[in-house]
Amino acid sequence: MDQSPLLTLFGYFVVLSLFAVGGANAAIPEMHRVAVEVMGWMSDKQFADMFAMSQLSPGPNVIIVALIGFHVAGLAGAGVAIVAMCGPTCVLAFFVARTWDRFKDARWRIAVQAGLVPVSLGLIGASAFVLARAADHNWVAGVITAATAAVGFVTRVNPLWIFATAAVVGYAGFV
Amino acid sequence: MVGGRHAAGASAARVQPASRALRPAIKLPAMADSAALPPEPVRPTLPQLFGAFVAVSLSGFGGALPWARRKIVDHKGWMTAHEFNEAFALSQFLPGPNTINFAVVFGARFGGAMGAAVALVGLLGPPLVIITMLAFLYERYGDIATLGHILAGIAAAAAGLLIAVIARMAAPLFKRRDWAPAVAILAFIGVAIMQWPLPLVFLGLAPFSVALAWPRGG
Repeated sequence: MDQSPLLTLFGYFVVLSLFAVGGANAAIPEMHRVAVEVMGWMSDKQFADMFAMSQLSPGPNVIIVALIGFHVAGLAGAGVAIVAMCGPTCVLAFFVARTWDRFKDARWRIAVQAGLVPVSLGLIGASAFVLARAADHNWVAGVITAATAAVGFVTRVNPLWIFATAAVVGYAGFV
Repeated sequence: MVGGRHAAGASAARVQPASRALRPAIKLPAMADSAALPPEPVRPTLPQLFGAFVAVSLSGFGGALPWARRKIVDHKGWMTAHEFNEAFALSQFLPGPNTINFAVVFGARFGGAMGAAVALVGLLGPPLVIITMLAFLYERYGDIATLGHILAGIAAAAAGLLIAVIARMAAPLFKRRDWAPAVAILAFIGVAIMQWPLPLVFLGLAPFSVALAWPRGG
């Protein structure tokens, strides 16, 4: 290995954060592409497991990058990944917030925001697709995904109940 | 907590004594149109800021922003709904994780760089401790078949939940009869089907999408 894994993690998540328009969920396919296919850090199943764990824990969705970092390089990897994913964009947010009033009504600002909405929706849709493909390795898992999608779309049931049900089905050995 | 709030109220009074005196007389109509009033936020102290974001981080499953809104606008009165929407629009406009951006924007507004840092640590600290413990357990016991089955079930449900979320978000978009649905579909195909790198898809689509969204007239 000609480069330290920490450096790789750092550079990768810095670049990713700058294109993560629409939040961490829009960046899932790129995380999957790099972690599973390009770098071979983990298997499809491990990636799906990590997304599941990040959804099981409270807090912002972005904490999945800490799980990926931890898997690659332990505690230091988790720290480096989260700092890279949040640091540069936080600094940007801090400085833009001071000048926001000056351009919040500017025409280019409105166009940029309106133009990025469909892009980020397409990206989040791609996240759902990539995750379903990684998680649904047999028909029972496919049924769980479809049933959850239907229940989640129609009702406002607490996700923890859905996760608990899915965990029981998994524990029974069907998945 | 109570002492801090008194101190915060006093500093708000120093900034805008006139609007403070006016407030009771026009409290009811203010509900209908909060934008018409000069905003009179109760300013949080740094420990309050930290506590609020810890609470938000620990109560939010599947994204923390709805909880942030409830806490900041409804419970604490630190921002009006209009101000919250503005700060939210800014954190969506910026690249990077939205909730993280929001913590920085909100914290900076009430406490400068220190406020931003405090809000950020409050939001990220507790979930990071929890997720690190999960990561340790996973590296150690992830190979156990039973645990693998349980996680596989949850992973399938988590994917389904994201499908539900995006279906709700995208429903209004696909009612539009213009360029927007096509952009979303192209972004989806590029990333999900073709598996092209995100920067490539983004840089290929965003300029067109922004140009198409440019407001007409004037």
